[in-house]
Amino acid sequence: MQGPDIAWYLVVAAFLFSIGAAGVLLRRSPLIVLLSLEIMLNAANLALISFARLHGDHDGQVFALAVMAVAASEVVVGLGLIVAVARRHIDLDVDRLRVLRG
Amino acid sequence: MGDFLVWVVWFLAAAGCLGSGLAVVTFRNPFFSALALIGNLGSLAVLFLLASAEFVAAAQVLVYAGAVMVMFLFVIAYLGDRGVVESPFSGGPSWLAWSAIVAATALLVEVVVVIGLTAGDGLADEATVERAFGSPAEIGRLFLTDHLLAFEITSIVLLVAAVGGVVLGSRTLEEEEGAARAGA
Repeated sequence: MQGPDIAWYLVVAAFLFSIGAAGVLLRRSPLIVLLSLEIMLNAANLALISFARLHGDHDGQVFALAVMAVAASEVVVGLGLIVAVARRHIDLDVDRLRVLRG
Repeated sequence: MGDFLVWVVWFLAAAGCLGSGLAVVTFRNPFFSALALIGNLGSLAVLFLLASAEFVAAAQVLVYAGAVMVMFLFVIAYLGDRGVVESPFSGGPSWLAWSAIVAATALLVEVVVVIGLTAGDGLADEATVERAFGSPAEIGRLFLTDHLLAFEITSIVLLVAAVGGVVLGSRTLEEEEGAARAGA
């Protein structure tokens, strides 16, 4: 294989995953939390594809495509929730959405 | 020479990937965050290509950077100024922000240590693959043979999500009545 080893890809995936996790934990706008979730899912996809390359097996790539479909569904539902919250004139701030808090 | 070129492209893609990821997390305006995420997905597609996942890279650009991000941008445009609520370090005590960063760093260290401990030396000798590896034909054949069930379940998940999006996005009955009363 030309270029870097699989380990380099995995390191990038790990960095990307923790950047996304930091975004989910830090930000209070639900839109940016969703965007950071996308980063985390894509980091997992990168790891899946690197391992598929490592083993010379397509299963990881098939799994990555399934993750992509699930991520698209998740975005649809998440954005639908955000629009529903915004339509009720509630602040878009994850700290203030506490009706369901125990 | 070819190897050097691959390294350069890989390095640019990885740097773009991490830089735009940081931009997504730090920008105050969700619109700019979404634009940065498009850059992130594009450079990830380059990394996918370098790992010989051609079909996944194409799907990444079409589905993610295309369809999903357009949906994001539409919702951000619909929300307008209401989407802009905070900067990364606004509100909440700053120890919350710092502990979030510490938690993310801990995750990073854990993942790197686990990869190093379990995979260690096995990562250097990857399998040799023929040119067709990751091509649409190969992936399509797998989806219609070995992974047929996963393929069908994916379509059901997408259908359910589409119905859920319509239900969540449509007005509820009380909102209709409120709007009718306001109009009358």
